[in-house]
Amino acid sequence: MNAIIDKINKEQLKEQVPEFAIGDTVKVHVTIREGDKERVQMFTGTVIARSGHDINEMFTVRRMAYGLGVERVFPVHSPRIVDVEVIRRGDVSRAKLYYLRDRQGKDARVREKLRGAK
Amino acid sequence: MKGLIGKKIGMTHIYDEQGLMIPVTVVQVGPCRVTAVRTKDRDGYSALQLGFGTRKPKNVSKAVRTHVAAAGYSEHVPERIRELRLAEDPEQSVGDVLGADIFEADEFVDVTGVTKGRGFQGVVRRYKFGGGRASHGGGWTRRGGSIGMCVNPGKIYKGRKMPGQMGNVQRTSQNLRIVQVRQENNLLLIKGAVPGANGRFVMVRKAKKK
Repeated sequence: MNAIIDKINKEQLKEQVPEFAIGDTVKVHVTIREGDKERVQMFTGTVIARSGHDINEMFTVRRMAYGLGVERVFPVHSPRIVDVEVIRRGDVSRAKLYYLRDRQGKDARVREKLRGAK
Repeated sequence: MKGLIGKKIGMTHIYDEQGLMIPVTVVQVGPCRVTAVRTKDRDGYSALQLGFGTRKPKNVSKAVRTHVAAAGYSEHVPERIRELRLAEDPEQSVGDVLGADIFEADEFVDVTGVTKGRGFQGVVRRYKFGGGRASHGGGWTRRGGSIGMCVNPGKIYKGRKMPGQMGNVQRTSQNLRIVQVRQENNLLLIKGAVPGANGRFVMVRKAKKK
């Protein structure tokens, strides 16, 4: 990539990227604006994908809301993402958990990682 | 009216103070050196002739070399020389150096460049024609269909959309917002896309319609 573009991208990166992995149940702290007020909203769900790198890195969080699957894609380095809190470590053997979309109820769960959990 | 010659570096995105992701094109404008000044009295119109980039002196004709030497080019010669038309006679004089600092953030600009060449293309790609049906006995999948009427008018109207060269023509994108100005290396971060491939030359002017 071009050195100038690279430099601009580097400036945007967060120094501390919150640590989480695919399959983890996370609480994403997102700042939202309502009029001129800013507040932090939570989005809790399972991380089903993480793609891209550096400034283009995104992660997808899936949750069930009122019986409907809701997925949100967040940029890892966005200043609006204040924190990503890991509630539960997931034990999965896929990098992308798109198969969860086709499952419902008890089948749509991710096993908890008990060993080696940080 | 103000403007500069620049080079399209590429695209990326940045976050603004509200945390919103904004797609930007990075354009390196300047340093541009004034190589000639046109005035209404002498030339009948007002303009600045600007030079941008570097080229080896041996690769240009002596006429160009001597012309730009008067503006202070000694080690190298500019790669591009362009005139910027102005409404009034310019305040700058030959030899002045202009940089990205003539622009400010949140200003609107028009960017002129040569679009990417796509070669000889058919009407489906070139003009978004629908073409014929692929199945059910289609028979003319990517063709343009009828190009005119019958004996009356007995000719094809001028400007009929047909296959041909697509791209590689000069185009201007108007009213693009400058998101950021980086004076230290003469960079403009312009919201949205700009005509042309990365590394091509563009002309950045103050927006005509804003």
